[in-house]
Amino acid sequence: MTRKQRRLTLIAAGVGVLGLAVALVLSALKDSIVFFNSPSDLVEKHVAPGTRIRLGGLVVPGSIVRGADLNVGFEVSDGNRAVQVTYQGVLPDLFREGQGVVTEGALQTSGTFKADSVLAKHDEKYMPKEVADALKKQGHWKDEYENKKPGAGTRTTP
Amino acid sequence: MIAELGNYALVLALAVALVQSVVPLYGARRRDAVLMGVAEPTALAQFGFVALSFAALVACYVMSDFSVATVFDNSHSTMPLIYKFTSVWGNHEGSMLLWVLILALFGALVAGFGGNIPATLKATVLSVQSWVAAAFYLFILITSNPFQRLADAPFEGRDLNPILQDLGLAIHPPILYVGYVGFSISFSFAIAALIEGRIDAAWARWVRPWTLVAWMCLTLGIAMGSYWAYYTLGWGGWWFWDPVENASFMPWLAGTALLHSAVVMEKREALKIWTILLAILTFSLSLIGTFLVRSGVLTSVHAFASDPMRGVFILAILVLFIGGGLALFAWRAPLLKQGGLFAPVSREGALVFNNLFLTTACATVFVGTLYPLALEALTGEKISVGAPFFDATFGPLFVPLLIAVPFGPLMAWKRGDLKGVTQRLTAAFVLALLGVAAVCAIEGRPVLAAFGIGLAIFVIAGAITDIVERTGLWRAPFGTALRRAAGLPRSAWGSAFAHIGLGVSLLGIIGVTQWGSEQIVSLRPGDKVSLRHYEFTFDGTTPRRGSNYSDLVVKFTVRRNGERIGVMEPAKRTFATRQMTTTEAALLSRGFSQLYVSLGDTNADGSIAVRIYHKPLVLLIWLGCLVMVFGGGLSLSDRRLRVGAPKPAKARTALQPAEQRA
Repeated sequence: MTRKQRRLTLIAAGVGVLGLAVALVLSALKDSIVFFNSPSDLVEKHVAPGTRIRLGGLVVPGSIVRGADLNVGFEVSDGNRAVQVTYQGVLPDLFREGQGVVTEGALQTSGTFKADSVLAKHDEKYMPKEVADALKKQGHWKDEYENKKPGAGTRTTP
Repeated sequence: MIAELGNYALVLALAVALVQSVVPLYGARRRDAVLMGVAEPTALAQFGFVALSFAALVACYVMSDFSVATVFDNSHSTMPLIYKFTSVWGNHEGSMLLWVLILALFGALVAGFGGNIPATLKATVLSVQSWVAAAFYLFILITSNPFQRLADAPFEGRDLNPILQDLGLAIHPPILYVGYVGFSISFSFAIAALIEGRIDAAWARWVRPWTLVAWMCLTLGIAMGSYWAYYTLGWGGWWFWDPVENASFMPWLAGTALLHSAVVMEKREALKIWTILLAILTFSLSLIGTFLVRSGVLTSVHAFASDPMRGVFILAILVLFIGGGLALFAWRAPLLKQGGLFAPVSREGALVFNNLFLTTACATVFVGTLYPLALEALTGEKISVGAPFFDATFGPLFVPLLIAVPFGPLMAWKRGDLKGVTQRLTAAFVLALLGVAAVCAIEGRPVLAAFGIGLAIFVIAGAITDIVERTGLWRAPFGTALRRAAGLPRSAWGSAFAHIGLGVSLLGIIGVTQWGSEQIVSLRPGDKVSLRHYEFTFDGTTPRRGSNYSDLVVKFTVRRNGERIGVMEPAKRTFATRQMTTTEAALLSRGFSQLYVSLGDTNADGSIAVRIYHKPLVLLIWLGCLVMVFGGGLSLSDRRLRVGAPKPAKARTALQPAEQRA
């Protein structure tokens, strides 16, 4: 093989692997990404039942109902609309009334959202970014949701 | 006073860094030994000042000086001493100070131990290293000063985020940072080579130990982070393809590729330009990782704060160094002479194959991590890219790489013999097939898992084959083989161990993903639940008090086939200061497998939700990483690397003044 042929072999191999990677990435992006929606989005975007999505918002105070076999139901709201969510399993440590939550699952034909995972986030002051944005969009954002850091705005010392 | 001292030391470090970033570089261009000589003392002084600054911050934490804002936010007087210490880097400001401490440490190490590096190259490397350092000192001083005081000093702090109050955290970030930041040395060497306009095999030898140290620490750091997440988050996952994890995984992939391509350059003077590019890309990925984690674009436990100023500043540093590095590369790389011809089937060819797949796999992780951010910035649409994406892209790209791993070390340089290598791997292949058959016979399905186990065995057996072939075990008398084994270069042992480690980790990954089982149930005292061959009895609950938390401990007795094998005590831990609960999982190791119990909520009727997992072979995942690190250590101790490269070719020595010989 001449030097040129060898170089061509290398380039062909490189292009081949890259092509494979691009094909894999494109097909995976088509199939395995999940869109985030707020309860209002569900209505506005006409999300079809059965489509896998993430639903986020605030857990409506007083809406948590625990049933047998670790079944739990609660409402998720973005201030304008609320959606009934059902879930079976253990809720994360930081799942609380009035706090932000992100769930993943699919809308049922009955209109309730069946979640198969409730995302655990690890800071009690933490508001999921998607939820914060959704609340801001609906005009229901309150400053106290945000974690105040020193130097960033007002602070009071105890 | 101590805080001000720390602040002042940091300013001094910046000043020294500015001198170091200009004077030695200018000296190297002018071939002025005095100006070049400035590099070493400044590098040492810079480290001294940063270390002083860091020590001052540690003192503030240990003495619980709540008039310092970061101490108030992240510490508490009742916290155990060890956590007062670790909370220094359990927040944005402190961890950035740790970042620059390690950066300065690496600069000082090059200054102190780089005796065999030619003076001009060394001066240029230390200057480049100092550019990076100066940029980050500025970043800390302007946007995230850890020494900022509060006007009214509070009496008590807000406590460290409870999830971070763990011994794993004590060591995970520093080690991970050594890995991240260690690649800055490879970057500085690459930029220096481009500035000098020449590069040779010796360059690869000087860079290799630093890259190796960084790679080992990154491997260890990632493994520890994974184990930490596994036992503290309470859901038994060991890898989530979380953007923060990916941020550390991308430099690891690129760094692994760099280690392999540097071998080609060192031995055959080939792939020079590619190696330089990889060195720049690896550190760029470290910087991108820092940006992702520190700027707050991703909100997670690692993004302690989000402040747009910080994000923009880090982004500017990113653009400056990555853009500048790549521009310099585009301008100067054509000057570098290519050497070393090789056939596609050869050791070089195998290493190119390795690089091709590693970098492509890295690119898919990159796309998966940054695509959601880009899409949101452009369209406002929010998506999440999770494990399914990476399973579908990273997985298929890694399988051919794993198949190729045993072939590489057996190939000859320049022109290999694929048929001969395949023949020598017959034993490994037969072992792998036996493994597949055994797994199919015992477990039945899934067939894919059996093939995964087979692949892992092939990788491990292939690495052993390499050693067997080199020592002539079975063919030569045992004594001869033993003597040959002792005479083998440490780097040969190192690569064999690193590859074995890879196979071992793969065994663990396949085991836990394919045969893991779980049960989620509500239990009351006296209840029993069984999983696989194990039976768990809920004995009862007891409260327990810690220094700054209180536990609700549940006691389980575990039996296997009726025989009592142990007690597991998972707990719910409540931290009073932050009114936050965490889950303390209980682990019981059985060989390389583990039983894992964690608690959920207490229901209205008094029963407690419990998650019980059986994690087969899970410990092998981290054990494999340790074996990889051990392999790296062996390779690092190789005499050729310690002693340094042989003297460069005659023509080149002639250019160096005689007094430079160290």
